[in-house]
Amino acid sequence: MPFEWVVALRFLREGRFQTALIVGGVAAGVAVFIFITALVNGLQANTIRRTLGTQAHIVVRPAEEVARSQRSNAAGTEAMPSVEARAQRLRSIDQWQPLEAELARTPGIVDVSPMVSGPGFGVRGDASKSIAIIGIDPVRYNRIVAIGDKLVDGEFRVQAGEAVLGRDLALDLGIGIGDRVRLVTAANEVITADTFTVTGIVDLGVRELNRRTVYVGLRTAQNLLSLPGGASQLDLTVTNLFDAERIAQLLAARTGLTVESWMKTNEQLLAAINAQTVTTRMIRLFVAAIVVLGVASVLVVSVVQKRREIGILRAMGAPGAKIQRVFLLQGAIVALTGSVLGCGLAATMMLVFLKLARNADGTPLFDLVIEPQLFAIASAGAVVCGLLAAVAPARRAAALDPAQAIRM
Amino acid sequence: MVASLIELAGICKSYGLGTEVEVEVLHGIGLALAEGEFAALIGPSGSGKSTLLNLIGLLEPPTAGSYTILGRETSALTDDEITALRGRTIGFVFQFHHLLPAFTATENVLLPGLIADGPITPARRESARQLLRDVGLAERLDYPPRKLSGGQQQRVAIARALALSSPLVLADEPTGNLDTHAADEIFALMRRFNRERGTAFLIVTHDPRLARRCDRIIELVDGRIASDRANDAVATPSA
Repeated sequence: MPFEWVVALRFLREGRFQTALIVGGVAAGVAVFIFITALVNGLQANTIRRTLGTQAHIVVRPAEEVARSQRSNAAGTEAMPSVEARAQRLRSIDQWQPLEAELARTPGIVDVSPMVSGPGFGVRGDASKSIAIIGIDPVRYNRIVAIGDKLVDGEFRVQAGEAVLGRDLALDLGIGIGDRVRLVTAANEVITADTFTVTGIVDLGVRELNRRTVYVGLRTAQNLLSLPGGASQLDLTVTNLFDAERIAQLLAARTGLTVESWMKTNEQLLAAINAQTVTTRMIRLFVAAIVVLGVASVLVVSVVQKRREIGILRAMGAPGAKIQRVFLLQGAIVALTGSVLGCGLAATMMLVFLKLARNADGTPLFDLVIEPQLFAIASAGAVVCGLLAAVAPARRAAALDPAQAIRM
Repeated sequence: MVASLIELAGICKSYGLGTEVEVEVLHGIGLALAEGEFAALIGPSGSGKSTLLNLIGLLEPPTAGSYTILGRETSALTDDEITALRGRTIGFVFQFHHLLPAFTATENVLLPGLIADGPITPARRESARQLLRDVGLAERLDYPPRKLSGGQQQRVAIARALALSSPLVLADEPTGNLDTHAADEIFALMRRFNRERGTAFLIVTHDPRLARRCDRIIELVDGRIASDRANDAVATPSA
């Protein structure tokens, strides 16, 4: 074993109480770093999953219709400065099929699914409820919103004459699987009505949605809402959730359509997530600073305690660079040992959390995001911190005047 | 003629250079030590003995003058060259032995080799153990310093100073902390290595009884060499 390793290990062993203390400190730091990160990531992933459970990452709609004011002269002076906003009728996206194909080829976009949605009434006997009719291609829509997972009864089947209802709507209308419901629409000045067999009931997780939502096939919705062959919106998913707004802006500029990302429609949620992220970063930063200060303080004390030994080693021919490496190595060894223990501690904390933090029904409160690279990053970070912390004491040790150190 | 091991000419050493409290401790020291010499450096406290020993040991640079060791002028050497030269050429024995408490007796003796030649080989380990047997510590090879008596610790320090077969050992009051009996034993040990291995010793001592047993006595007073004489009272052993 080289000189630096022999001396570093022996110095650490000699001051075993100090060594244990600082290894424990590093381990605690690494464990807190990993656990907090996994906890916050899990919390955020859970919040986003719940929020986006019923939403596409990006929604493309036709551009809003705008009433233009009349201009009276060449200078552009408005003859009628006040213009009433135009009522937005249900429209299809122009040429949505080629657009859909183009979107599917756009980098960062994973899936595209057409949808026709509009208002209507669900009628059964004397009861009628205001509803939102959503016409979809179930296979493709399932890739956007995992609608199959939300099924609480029956099956998700929306062939001709079939519909899937939100749970509360089914309750309000007193409908079960196999029952029939009449859907009435008045879109684009045409009143349409048809009867459907209920094949499935879904729980979308939000009462208001459960009270209004009716899923039917895409073609059925086109007929009900008088949009033959049309699509009132295209739903998109993207590879990186947090790229959604950038891609949405890009698409809006390119197509001239109304494009909204989940980040725009959930600004408050995003602000909360960002605040959480900043808080987590601050915690990580403080933990790293504490680890650096802890390792540095112990090594500084060690240099002071071992002045004479350092002097003797220098007198015996050890160059300053070797002495410096002895202390850098101590920092790295302490950090590496601490990070290995810290990883174990973090794993234990996670297991305990998953075991104890449960909902009333026994299901986990939320899943932690446990990524192997998080352990690697935390360990590497701890070693870097250990080395950084050791730089000043190591330089101090290397700069010791041997004659003076021996005289101490 | 015996070759010169070290040569000092016009060596001065001052502390607090450029300040109001500048003090010159050594004034124009001229001194040569031949290979295999066994010399005592005596003088009252504050006469500059330890400073001179530090200069000879390359632990401190002189303020002025020339210092040549094994034919190499040291003033032009870099810090790393000085350190390497010191490690290979000079062994140290201090009054308080200065063993490293974290290492056993054998490991302490192995340290100079570990620094100079890299990882320890079984042959070097055996050589270190033999050296400890030679200083009479066959039963204490793997003892940590705290479990050794003062005399035993000083024996380990001597073995360590001789580990790289350095041609010169500088001993700063090596018996100053020992009782008379132990002091005699340590002195005898150094004398034995001087005669058997031809290692030169320069021993700082306050003890006139021990100084009288050296071949040469150099007396330092107020930073100057007051006398430097061969000690005819010591019989030169037959080869």
